[in-house]
Amino acid sequence: MERTTIDLWVGVFVVAGIGALVMLAMKVGNLGTYNVSEAYQVHAYFSNIGGLKPKASIKSAGVLVGRVTDITLDTERYEAKVVMSLDKRYQFPKDTFANILTSGLLGEQYIGLVPGGDEEVLGNGEQLKMTQSAVVLEDLIGKFLYNKADEPAK
Amino acid sequence: MPAVNAIKGIGHRTINAVWRIGVATRFFLLTLTHSGSGFRRFHLIIKELFSTGVMSLIIIIVAGLFVGMVLGLQGYETLKRYGSESALGSMVALSLVRELGPVVAALLFASRAGSAMTAEIGLMRATEQISAMEMMAVNPIARIVAPRFWAGVISMPLLAALFSAVGVFGGYLVGVVQIGVDEGSFWSQMQSAVDFREDILNGVIKSFAFGIVVTVIALFEGYDAPPTAEGVSGATTRTVVTSSLAILMLDFVLTAIMFRGA
Repeated sequence: MERTTIDLWVGVFVVAGIGALVMLAMKVGNLGTYNVSEAYQVHAYFSNIGGLKPKASIKSAGVLVGRVTDITLDTERYEAKVVMSLDKRYQFPKDTFANILTSGLLGEQYIGLVPGGDEEVLGNGEQLKMTQSAVVLEDLIGKFLYNKADEPAK
Repeated sequence: MPAVNAIKGIGHRTINAVWRIGVATRFFLLTLTHSGSGFRRFHLIIKELFSTGVMSLIIIIVAGLFVGMVLGLQGYETLKRYGSESALGSMVALSLVRELGPVVAALLFASRAGSAMTAEIGLMRATEQISAMEMMAVNPIARIVAPRFWAGVISMPLLAALFSAVGVFGGYLVGVVQIGVDEGSFWSQMQSAVDFREDILNGVIKSFAFGIVVTVIALFEGYDAPPTAEGVSGATTRTVVTSSLAILMLDFVLTAIMFRGA
Protein backbone atom coordinates (compact mmCIF):
# COMPACT_ATOMS: atom_id res chain seq x y z
CA MET A 1 0.00 0.00 0.00
CA GLU A 2 1.15 3.54 -0.70
CA ARG A 3 2.77 5.51 2.03
CA THR A 4 0.25 8.37 2.01
CA THR A 5 -2.66 5.94 2.33
CA ILE A 6 -1.01 4.33 5.32
CA ASP A 7 -0.40 7.76 6.83
CA LEU A 8 -4.03 8.66 6.30
CA TRP A 9 -5.34 5.51 7.95
CA VAL A 10 -2.96 5.74 10.90
CA GLY A 11 -4.03 9.36 11.31
CA VAL A 12 -7.69 8.33 11.30
CA PHE A 13 -6.93 5.60 13.85
CA VAL A 14 -5.08 7.92 16.24
CA VAL A 15 -7.69 10.66 15.96
CA ALA A 16 -10.49 8.14 16.55
CA GLY A 17 -8.71 6.69 19.57
CA ILE A 18 -8.05 10.08 21.16
CA GLY A 19 -11.59 11.14 20.28
CA ALA A 20 -12.93 8.08 22.09
CA LEU A 21 -10.85 8.97 25.14
CA VAL A 22 -12.13 12.56 25.16
CA MET A 23 -15.68 11.31 24.71
CA LEU A 24 -15.23 8.93 27.64
CA ALA A 25 -13.86 11.75 29.78
CA MET A 26 -16.58 14.26 28.88
CA LYS A 27 -19.70 12.25 28.26
CA VAL A 28 -19.17 9.15 30.42
CA GLY A 29 -16.94 10.58 33.15
CA ASN A 30 -17.46 13.60 35.32
CA LEU A 31 -14.82 15.84 33.76
CA GLY A 32 -17.37 17.76 31.74
CA THR A 33 -19.72 18.47 34.61
CA TYR A 34 -17.55 19.37 37.52
CA ASN A 35 -14.22 21.15 37.69
CA VAL A 36 -12.20 20.47 40.83
CA SER A 37 -9.59 23.13 40.23
CA GLU A 38 -11.83 26.08 41.03
CA ALA A 39 -13.16 25.06 44.38
CA TYR A 40 -13.03 26.16 48.00
CA GLN A 41 -13.08 23.98 51.08
CA VAL A 42 -15.44 24.22 54.03
CA HIS A 43 -16.04 21.74 56.80
CA ALA A 44 -18.87 20.84 59.16
CA TYR A 45 -19.40 18.57 62.16
CA PHE A 46 -22.21 16.05 62.23
CA SER A 47 -23.17 13.87 65.18
CA ASN A 48 -24.11 11.09 62.75
CA ILE A 49 -23.41 10.93 59.05
CA GLY A 50 -25.37 7.75 58.36
CA GLY A 51 -24.23 6.31 55.04
CA LEU A 52 -22.52 9.42 53.68
CA LYS A 53 -19.40 8.61 51.69
CA PRO A 54 -16.53 10.62 50.23
CA LYS A 55 -17.39 11.99 46.79
CA ALA A 56 -21.06 12.24 47.72
CA SER A 57 -22.71 15.20 46.08
CA ILE A 58 -23.54 18.50 47.77
CA LYS A 59 -26.67 20.16 46.54
CA SER A 60 -28.37 23.43 47.13
CA ALA A 61 -31.92 23.80 45.87
CA GLY A 62 -31.31 20.54 44.04
CA VAL A 63 -28.34 21.91 42.08
CA LEU A 64 -24.99 20.13 42.36
CA VAL A 65 -22.57 22.64 43.93
CA GLY A 66 -19.73 20.43 45.20
CA ARG A 67 -18.50 17.12 46.53
CA VAL A 68 -17.58 15.64 49.90
CA THR A 69 -13.80 15.23 49.90
CA ASP A 70 -13.01 13.75 53.28
CA ILE A 71 -14.77 12.26 56.30
CA THR A 72 -12.96 11.72 59.62
CA LEU A 73 -13.90 11.23 63.22
CA ASP A 74 -12.83 14.16 65.38
CA THR A 75 -11.70 12.53 68.62
CA GLU A 76 -12.01 15.76 70.64
CA ARG A 77 -15.71 16.17 70.01
CA TYR A 78 -16.48 12.59 68.92
CA GLU A 79 -18.29 13.91 65.94
CA ALA A 80 -17.79 13.27 62.24
CA LYS A 81 -15.84 16.01 60.48
CA VAL A 82 -16.92 16.30 56.86
CA VAL A 83 -14.74 18.31 54.50
CA MET A 84 -16.51 19.56 51.41
CA SER A 85 -15.20 21.27 48.35
CA LEU A 86 -17.65 23.69 46.81
CA ASP A 87 -17.63 25.26 43.38
CA LYS A 88 -16.16 28.82 43.39
CA ARG A 89 -19.10 30.07 41.36
CA TYR A 90 -21.45 29.50 44.29
CA GLN A 91 -21.02 31.59 47.44
CA PHE A 92 -23.02 30.83 50.57
CA PRO A 93 -23.84 33.00 53.60
CA LYS A 94 -22.07 32.24 56.88
CA ASP A 95 -25.20 30.88 58.55
CA THR A 96 -25.89 28.26 55.88
CA PHE A 97 -27.55 25.13 57.21
CA ALA A 98 -26.13 21.72 56.21
CA ASN A 99 -28.43 18.67 56.21
CA ILE A 100 -27.65 15.10 55.34
CA LEU A 101 -30.45 13.97 53.08
CA THR A 102 -31.30 10.85 51.15
CA SER A 103 -32.26 10.79 47.50
CA GLY A 104 -35.28 8.56 47.28
CA LEU A 105 -36.27 6.14 50.01
CA LEU A 106 -33.16 3.98 49.91
CA GLY A 107 -30.98 6.02 47.56
CA GLU A 108 -27.54 7.41 48.24
CA GLN A 109 -27.03 10.16 50.77
CA TYR A 110 -26.00 13.70 49.98
CA ILE A 111 -25.59 17.00 51.77
CA GLY A 112 -28.21 19.65 51.19
CA LEU A 113 -27.26 23.28 51.84
CA VAL A 114 -29.97 25.73 52.90
CA PRO A 115 -28.65 29.31 52.82
CA GLY A 116 -29.37 31.62 55.74
CA GLY A 117 -29.66 35.39 55.76
CA ASP A 118 -26.15 36.50 56.75
CA GLU A 119 -24.52 39.26 54.70
CA GLU A 120 -21.05 37.72 54.90
CA VAL A 121 -20.16 34.72 52.77
CA LEU A 122 -18.20 31.57 53.65
CA GLY A 123 -14.51 31.64 52.82
CA ASN A 124 -11.99 28.89 52.24
CA GLY A 125 -11.44 26.68 55.34
CA GLU A 126 -14.38 28.01 57.31
CA GLN A 127 -16.90 25.97 59.21
CA LEU A 128 -20.59 25.44 58.67
CA LYS A 129 -21.93 25.82 62.22
CA MET A 130 -25.47 24.58 61.82
CA THR A 131 -25.88 20.98 60.81
CA GLN A 132 -28.47 18.29 60.94
CA SER A 133 -27.49 14.63 61.06
CA ALA A 134 -28.61 11.85 58.83
CA VAL A 135 -31.90 10.21 59.55
CA VAL A 136 -31.09 6.66 60.58
CA LEU A 137 -33.87 4.34 59.57
CA GLU A 138 -33.48 2.12 62.66
CA ASP A 139 -33.90 5.11 65.01
CA LEU A 140 -36.97 6.19 63.11
CA ILE A 141 -38.54 2.76 63.33
CA GLY A 142 -37.61 2.55 67.02
CA LYS A 143 -39.27 5.89 67.73
CA PHE A 144 -42.34 4.86 65.81
CA LEU A 145 -42.67 1.60 67.75
CA TYR A 146 -42.15 3.42 71.03
CA ASN A 147 -44.91 5.90 70.20
CA LYS A 148 -47.21 3.08 69.18
CA ALA A 149 -46.60 1.30 72.47
CA ASP A 150 -47.48 4.50 74.37
CA GLU A 151 -50.83 4.86 72.65
CA PRO A 152 -53.78 3.50 74.63
CA ALA A 153 -55.20 0.35 73.18
CA LYS A 154 -58.44 0.84 71.30
CA MET B 1 15.02 -44.43 39.79
CA PRO B 2 11.80 -42.91 38.43
CA ALA B 3 11.32 -40.63 41.46
CA VAL B 4 14.70 -38.99 41.01
CA ASN B 5 14.04 -38.62 37.30
CA ALA B 6 10.73 -36.91 37.99
CA ILE B 7 12.41 -34.47 40.37
CA LYS B 8 15.13 -33.93 37.77
CA GLY B 9 12.41 -33.14 35.26
CA ILE B 10 10.87 -30.55 37.57
CA GLY B 11 14.27 -28.98 38.17
CA HIS B 12 15.03 -28.90 34.46
CA ARG B 13 11.73 -27.20 33.69
CA THR B 14 12.15 -24.64 36.45
CA ILE B 15 15.63 -23.74 35.26
CA ASN B 16 14.36 -23.48 31.70
CA ALA B 17 11.47 -21.24 32.73
CA VAL B 18 13.69 -18.93 34.77
CA TRP B 19 16.21 -18.83 31.95
CA ARG B 20 13.52 -17.88 29.43
CA ILE B 21 12.19 -15.12 31.70
CA GLY B 22 15.73 -13.78 32.02
CA VAL B 23 16.30 -13.83 28.26
CA ALA B 24 12.93 -12.18 27.67
CA THR B 25 13.77 -9.42 30.16
CA ARG B 26 17.12 -8.83 28.49
CA PHE B 27 15.32 -8.75 25.14
CA PHE B 28 12.86 -6.16 26.52
CA LEU B 29 15.68 -3.97 27.86
CA LEU B 30 17.54 -4.25 24.53
CA THR B 31 14.37 -3.14 22.76
CA LEU B 32 14.11 -0.11 25.03
CA THR B 33 17.75 0.89 24.54
CA HIS B 34 17.44 0.54 20.76
CA SER B 35 14.21 2.53 20.60
CA GLY B 36 16.04 5.81 19.94
CA SER B 37 16.94 4.92 16.37
CA GLY B 38 13.44 3.52 15.92
CA PHE B 39 11.96 6.91 16.73
CA ARG B 40 14.37 8.58 14.30
CA ARG B 41 12.86 6.43 11.54
CA PHE B 42 9.32 7.25 12.51
CA HIS B 43 7.79 5.98 9.26
CA LEU B 44 8.64 2.43 10.40
CA ILE B 45 6.50 2.92 13.50
CA ILE B 46 3.71 4.37 11.38
CA LYS B 47 3.81 1.36 9.07
CA GLU B 48 3.55 -0.95 12.09
CA LEU B 49 0.77 1.18 13.58
CA PHE B 50 -1.12 0.50 10.39
CA SER B 51 -0.73 -3.25 10.56
CA THR B 52 -1.30 -3.58 14.33
CA GLY B 53 -3.67 -0.71 15.11
CA VAL B 54 -5.68 0.10 12.01
CA MET B 55 -6.12 -3.52 10.98
CA SER B 56 -7.46 -4.35 14.47
CA LEU B 57 -10.04 -1.56 14.33
CA ILE B 58 -12.88 -3.57 12.85
CA ILE B 59 -12.67 -6.48 15.29
CA ILE B 60 -12.36 -4.06 18.23
CA ILE B 61 -15.33 -1.95 17.19
CA VAL B 62 -17.61 -4.87 16.40
CA ALA B 63 -16.65 -6.70 19.59
CA GLY B 64 -17.07 -3.53 21.67
CA LEU B 65 -20.52 -2.89 20.24
CA PHE B 66 -21.71 -6.40 21.02
CA VAL B 67 -20.16 -6.53 24.48
CA GLY B 68 -21.86 -3.23 25.29
CA MET B 69 -25.19 -4.48 23.97
CA VAL B 70 -24.97 -7.68 26.00
CA LEU B 71 -24.08 -5.66 29.09
CA GLY B 72 -27.11 -3.47 28.49
CA LEU B 73 -29.39 -6.46 28.14
CA GLN B 74 -28.03 -8.49 31.05
CA GLY B 75 -27.65 -5.46 33.29
CA TYR B 76 -31.24 -4.45 32.65
CA GLU B 77 -32.56 -7.92 33.47
CA THR B 78 -30.64 -7.97 36.76
CA LEU B 79 -31.26 -4.37 37.81
CA LYS B 80 -34.97 -4.69 37.05
CA ARG B 81 -35.32 -7.07 40.01
CA TYR B 82 -34.25 -4.30 42.36
CA GLY B 83 -36.20 -1.62 40.58
CA SER B 84 -33.05 0.34 39.77
CA GLU B 85 -33.03 0.31 35.98
CA SER B 86 -31.81 3.89 36.06
CA ALA B 87 -28.40 2.65 37.29
CA LEU B 88 -27.94 0.80 33.99
CA GLY B 89 -25.76 3.55 32.55
CA SER B 90 -23.32 3.58 35.44
CA MET B 91 -23.14 -0.21 35.46
CA VAL B 92 -22.39 -0.46 31.74
CA ALA B 93 -19.87 2.39 31.81
CA LEU B 94 -18.04 1.28 34.95
CA SER B 95 -17.65 -2.32 33.87
CA LEU B 96 -16.43 -1.24 30.43
CA VAL B 97 -14.05 1.51 31.49
CA ARG B 98 -12.54 -0.34 34.43
CA GLU B 99 -12.34 -3.94 33.25
CA LEU B 100 -13.85 -5.08 29.99
CA GLY B 101 -12.46 -2.33 27.79
CA PRO B 102 -8.77 -2.84 28.64
CA VAL B 103 -8.95 -6.61 29.14
CA VAL B 104 -11.09 -7.71 26.20
CA ALA B 105 -9.36 -5.26 23.86
CA ALA B 106 -5.99 -6.66 24.98
CA LEU B 107 -7.13 -10.25 24.49
CA LEU B 108 -8.38 -9.44 21.00
CA PHE B 109 -5.19 -7.52 20.31
CA ALA B 110 -3.07 -10.49 21.41
CA SER B 111 -4.86 -12.88 19.10
CA ARG B 112 -5.24 -10.47 16.19
CA ALA B 113 -1.95 -8.52 16.17
CA GLY B 114 0.30 -10.42 18.59
CA SER B 115 0.03 -13.71 16.70
CA ALA B 116 0.73 -11.92 13.41
CA MET B 117 3.83 -10.28 14.91
CA THR B 118 5.17 -13.61 16.16
CA ALA B 119 4.55 -15.39 12.86
CA GLU B 120 6.15 -12.56 10.88
CA ILE B 121 9.31 -12.36 12.95
CA GLY B 122 9.52 -16.14 13.32
CA LEU B 123 9.37 -16.50 9.55
CA MET B 124 12.00 -13.78 9.15
CA ARG B 125 14.23 -15.80 11.42
CA ALA B 126 13.41 -19.06 9.55
CA THR B 127 14.20 -17.54 6.15
CA GLU B 128 17.39 -16.03 7.60
CA GLN B 129 16.37 -12.42 6.91
CA ILE B 130 17.46 -11.52 10.43
CA SER B 131 20.90 -13.07 9.91
CA ALA B 132 21.13 -11.19 6.61
CA MET B 133 20.45 -7.92 8.42
CA GLU B 134 23.13 -8.69 10.97
CA MET B 135 25.52 -9.37 8.09
CA MET B 136 24.75 -5.91 6.71
CA ALA B 137 25.47 -4.40 10.14
CA VAL B 138 21.81 -3.47 10.59
CA ASN B 139 20.69 -4.14 14.12
CA PRO B 140 17.56 -6.30 13.78
CA ILE B 141 16.32 -5.19 17.21
CA ALA B 142 16.39 -1.54 16.19
CA ARG B 143 15.06 -2.18 12.67
CA ILE B 144 12.41 -4.86 13.27
CA VAL B 145 11.60 -5.20 16.95
CA ALA B 146 11.58 -1.65 18.33
CA PRO B 147 9.09 -0.17 15.80
CA ARG B 148 6.68 -3.05 16.38
CA PHE B 149 7.03 -2.67 20.14
CA TRP B 150 6.20 1.03 20.10
CA ALA B 151 3.39 0.55 17.62
CA GLY B 152 1.83 -2.00 19.97
CA VAL B 153 2.30 0.17 23.04
CA ILE B 154 0.78 3.21 21.31
CA SER B 155 -2.17 1.44 19.72
CA MET B 156 -3.28 -0.60 22.74
CA PRO B 157 -4.69 2.28 24.87
CA LEU B 158 -6.32 3.81 21.79
CA LEU B 159 -7.99 0.51 20.93
CA ALA B 160 -9.13 0.04 24.54
CA ALA B 161 -10.61 3.56 24.61
CA LEU B 162 -12.41 2.90 21.34
CA PHE B 163 -13.70 -0.40 22.70
CA SER B 164 -15.11 1.28 25.83
CA ALA B 165 -16.64 4.17 23.90
CA VAL B 166 -18.30 1.90 21.36
CA GLY B 167 -19.41 -0.40 24.19
CA VAL B 168 -21.10 2.47 26.03
CA PHE B 169 -22.84 3.33 22.78
CA GLY B 170 -23.95 -0.31 22.44
CA GLY B 171 -25.32 -0.26 25.98
CA TYR B 172 -27.14 2.96 25.13
CA LEU B 173 -28.64 1.39 22.00
CA VAL B 174 -30.05 -1.59 23.87
CA GLY B 175 -30.88 0.13 27.16
CA VAL B 176 -32.35 3.42 26.00
CA VAL B 177 -33.35 2.98 22.37
CA GLN B 178 -34.63 -0.57 22.50
CA ILE B 179 -35.78 -1.23 26.07
CA GLY B 180 -36.65 2.33 26.94
CA VAL B 181 -34.68 3.18 30.08
CA ASP B 182 -34.92 6.91 30.73
CA GLU B 183 -32.22 8.63 28.70
CA GLY B 184 -31.57 11.41 31.22
CA SER B 185 -30.99 9.09 34.15
CA PHE B 186 -28.89 6.76 31.97
CA TRP B 187 -26.35 9.50 31.22
CA SER B 188 -26.53 11.43 34.49
CA GLN B 189 -26.10 8.34 36.70
CA MET B 190 -23.20 7.33 34.48
CA GLN B 191 -21.54 10.71 34.85
CA SER B 192 -21.96 10.81 38.60
CA ALA B 193 -20.57 7.28 38.99
CA VAL B 194 -17.57 7.40 36.65
CA ASP B 195 -14.63 9.42 37.89
CA PHE B 196 -12.07 10.63 35.38
CA ARG B 197 -8.96 9.90 37.42
CA GLU B 198 -10.17 6.86 39.37
CA ASP B 199 -11.83 4.99 36.53
CA ILE B 200 -10.90 6.29 33.10
CA LEU B 201 -7.25 7.10 33.75
CA ASN B 202 -6.71 3.82 35.60
CA GLY B 203 -8.23 1.99 32.65
CA VAL B 204 -5.80 3.74 30.32
CA ILE B 205 -2.86 2.82 32.56
CA LYS B 206 -4.06 -0.79 32.55
CA SER B 207 -4.22 -0.92 28.78
CA PHE B 208 -0.72 0.60 28.56
CA ALA B 209 0.59 -2.20 30.78
CA PHE B 210 -1.24 -4.81 28.71
CA GLY B 211 0.16 -3.29 25.51
CA ILE B 212 3.72 -3.61 26.82
CA VAL B 213 3.20 -7.18 28.03
CA VAL B 214 1.46 -8.44 24.89
CA THR B 215 3.92 -6.94 22.42
CA VAL B 216 6.98 -8.04 24.40
CA ILE B 217 5.67 -11.62 24.59
CA ALA B 218 4.74 -11.64 20.89
CA LEU B 219 8.07 -10.19 19.75
CA PHE B 220 10.15 -12.39 22.02
CA GLU B 221 8.34 -15.58 20.99
CA GLY B 222 8.86 -14.67 17.34
CA TYR B 223 12.49 -13.73 17.78
CA ASP B 224 13.17 -16.85 19.82
CA ALA B 225 11.20 -19.28 17.61
CA PRO B 226 13.04 -22.34 16.26
CA PRO B 227 13.58 -21.67 12.53
CA THR B 228 11.23 -24.38 11.32
CA ALA B 229 7.61 -24.42 10.22
CA GLU B 230 6.73 -26.31 13.40
CA GLY B 231 8.71 -23.89 15.54
CA VAL B 232 6.90 -20.84 14.13
CA SER B 233 3.48 -22.39 14.59
CA GLY B 234 4.33 -23.40 18.15
CA ALA B 235 5.62 -19.91 18.93
CA THR B 236 2.42 -18.35 17.56
CA THR B 237 0.31 -20.58 19.77
CA ARG B 238 2.48 -19.81 22.78
CA THR B 239 2.12 -16.08 22.12
CA VAL B 240 -1.67 -16.21 22.28
CA VAL B 241 -1.78 -18.53 25.30
CA THR B 242 0.94 -16.82 27.34
CA SER B 243 -0.20 -13.28 26.65
CA SER B 244 -3.84 -14.09 27.39
CA LEU B 245 -2.88 -15.60 30.73
CA ALA B 246 -0.49 -12.72 31.44
CA ILE B 247 -3.23 -10.18 30.70
CA LEU B 248 -5.69 -11.81 33.07
CA MET B 249 -3.18 -12.24 35.88
CA LEU B 250 -1.78 -8.74 35.50
CA ASP B 251 -5.33 -7.42 35.46
CA PHE B 252 -5.99 -8.96 38.85
CA VAL B 253 -2.82 -7.44 40.30
CA LEU B 254 -3.49 -4.00 38.82
CA THR B 255 -7.12 -4.04 39.95
CA ALA B 256 -6.04 -4.98 43.47
CA ILE B 257 -3.62 -2.04 43.52
CA MET B 258 -5.89 0.52 41.85
CA PHE B 259 -9.37 -0.09 43.11
CA ARG B 260 -8.89 -1.37 46.61
CA GLY B 261 -10.71 0.77 49.10
CA ALA B 262 -12.41 2.75 46.36
